[in-house]
Amino acid sequence: MARPSVRVFHKLEGLFSIYKPPGVHWKLVRDTIETNLLKGINAAPPPAPRQRVQFLAEPTSVVAEGSNELTLSAASVPALAHHPLVSGPEFQHIGVGVGHRLDVFSSGVLVLGVGQSNKALTDLYRSHVTRDYTLEGELGMATDNFSHTGRLIERTTYDHITRDKLERVLAMMQGSNQKALLTYSKVDMSTQGAYELAVKGELRPDGKSPPIMTGLRLLHFQPPHFSLEVQCLNETQRYLCRILHEVGLELRSTAVCKGVRRTRDGPFTIQHALTHQHWTSPDVIQAIRQYRSSRKASKAKHTQPGKDTGTASQRQEMAEEAAVTGDSHRLHSVLTSKAFGS
Amino acid sequence: MALTCIQHCQRCTSLLRSRSVGITTLQYSTDAQHWSAALWNSFIVPVLPSVLQRSPNPSQTRQRWNLGVRSYCESHAKVQPSQTKHRNTDELPGTDMVSYQNPVSHQLIDGGMLLKEWQTDFDLDDAPGHSALEEISHEEAVRMDIPAALPPVSISLKDYVNESETLGKLVQLGVQLWKLEQRPNVGSMLLRLDFQTDVTPRLVFLKQLGVEDSRLGYLISHNPFILTESLENLQARVAYLRSKKFSAESVASMVSRAPYLLNFSVKRMDNRLGFYQQQLGLSAQKTRDVVARLPRLLCGSLETVKENLKICKLEMGFRENELQHIVTVIPKVLTANKRKLTQIFDYIHNTMNIPHDLIVKFPQVLNAKYLRIKERHLFLQYLDKAQYDPAKPNYICLDKLVSLPDDAFCTEVASATLKDFELFQKTM
Repeated sequence: MARPSVRVFHKLEGLFSIYKPPGVHWKLVRDTIETNLLKGINAAPPPAPRQRVQFLAEPTSVVAEGSNELTLSAASVPALAHHPLVSGPEFQHIGVGVGHRLDVFSSGVLVLGVGQSNKALTDLYRSHVTRDYTLEGELGMATDNFSHTGRLIERTTYDHITRDKLERVLAMMQGSNQKALLTYSKVDMSTQGAYELAVKGELRPDGKSPPIMTGLRLLHFQPPHFSLEVQCLNETQRYLCRILHEVGLELRSTAVCKGVRRTRDGPFTIQHALTHQHWTSPDVIQAIRQYRSSRKASKAKHTQPGKDTGTASQRQEMAEEAAVTGDSHRLHSVLTSKAFGS
Repeated sequence: MALTCIQHCQRCTSLLRSRSVGITTLQYSTDAQHWSAALWNSFIVPVLPSVLQRSPNPSQTRQRWNLGVRSYCESHAKVQPSQTKHRNTDELPGTDMVSYQNPVSHQLIDGGMLLKEWQTDFDLDDAPGHSALEEISHEEAVRMDIPAALPPVSISLKDYVNESETLGKLVQLGVQLWKLEQRPNVGSMLLRLDFQTDVTPRLVFLKQLGVEDSRLGYLISHNPFILTESLENLQARVAYLRSKKFSAESVASMVSRAPYLLNFSVKRMDNRLGFYQQQLGLSAQKTRDVVARLPRLLCGSLETVKENLKICKLEMGFRENELQHIVTVIPKVLTANKRKLTQIFDYIHNTMNIPHDLIVKFPQVLNAKYLRIKERHLFLQYLDKAQYDPAKPNYICLDKLVSLPDDAFCTEVASATLKDFELFQKTM
């Protein structure tokens, strides 16, 4: 017979994603959500007040004169030691864990887990999930921390830059990242198995690796503003700002990053991320249920053909991602041209 | 051995006398460590004198049931007939103490009380008078008084709330004891209060002042020290506020919203009222209004207020009369966080390009959240509706931008759906 507050807490134990706005520290976000969830849990009706028995002596007028009997009557009085005003609310702390962190400057999908699902959080990230970012850049400036809030160091012209040149630079960067991916995945390139993995887009680095971009694309270009879409592993937001800076340098100009926005973190997309008005326990419970049902649906789809269950869960993750990102085709084209074709 | 025992007990009682309920058990436990468990149990477990009585009167029994055991560690240390007159803390009534002296010579288990009697009457080699296995009559058993096994020191008031009248009544009022016990020394202070002599007069005083019953719990939860402030001081401070022509209702509302108000001296309140009148240059009535709306202006430090005023004048560039208007509409500007205030002003003035006179017309924007202003402004900009100049058409009022809830803002001001606004928020 669990108490109502414990039932609410069990409903809250799961993974969900929120949209972190720019300009706030991730820890503040996590603390706000913990406070809101605690409010929701403690709002559940408290358990029934406990009673204790106290024996009271009968008044002397009732007892006859001269008799030595002392009768006691039992009275049920409330036990105040368990009153919520004395012992405090039932839950005063819950463990809310954060997945891949976002720094103050960036915004986007931030995955959080409550209670027991923090273990699931570590499992999810051990399976080398990739993340999607949208980077907004501006040509013609260079600052000390690669973003537009830093101290200005240099100003350059950018009239000579065309879309074609930018795309060529991006393709070159993507090529070098693919090579790094192949190196760090520690797979023998001359085998058929390696080729099949690469075609499906399931090559991943084995163990630790530096930041690797598995996909890079120009979204829109209107000088001086441009935006890129990046899929990467093991990155930090500072590294991504540096990528933009390097893009500017490759184009014989300079560029700064005006915004970093994470649109996907593993299987969590921006579509279901909760904005700050919805950081309350009923919305979180719904988000957790939604994620669980989507996982069940995707598992049902993927367990049909799969036979080798060695890295089945990992394969599933990557297959989900490949379905979401659609970059397996691009990988395939690069690999067939460079590593295998020549 | 007996001598060292007695010395140890002397030390313990002196410790207990000065000890208060709280997390102050360090010395107590280290002393005990030197002793074996049996000795510890026989000497250190504090036992109410009442258990030592063999034939109590019914009246005494009744008294004992009604009595709350409040200052538990103080009570048995002070059980001396000479100290009955000293009623600063709550002690057991004199009748108990007088009759207590009789059975001393027969007692074995005694938490170090009445040491002089021990040294003279007690002979450790004698067989004990009353054994725990002795057969007693049914009536005696029924009349026997079993005290509650209250711990001498505790980190929580949970252990004492069932027996203490004061704590029980405070819980009925709605005081959050769980928060108060975390503050240093507050728990023991509450335990030592007597409900009839200390708490009741002050509650009556607050009620006469006009504070509502539902607010009393909030008041005491935030300021338990109002129960130890002397009544003359409280009355003097209320008389001072009335003399400054604050109405009775406004005094009541100020006291219920700023729980610490009546703990500050008349001189301090006078100093602050004078400061606000002088610095802001407002009339007496307007100063009264500002202070009645935000009574914590009289409680906090003046340094933050001075800094905020300097920021408004120098950094933001508001003139004297503009500042007066802002403070009368939004007194919270005086106690706001400086960093947040400058961030909001910077965004409104430099990014949204709103001139000073418009900000003065709608000072509520300075009180709003930065993220809210930013999101709504960017949304309106995306829809090409961000026009804040009253002279031009399609003017958006700053008041509506900031104070409307999200759905009303979306439908009335932006003519979009809430879904669109959320999708836009995710592109920021």
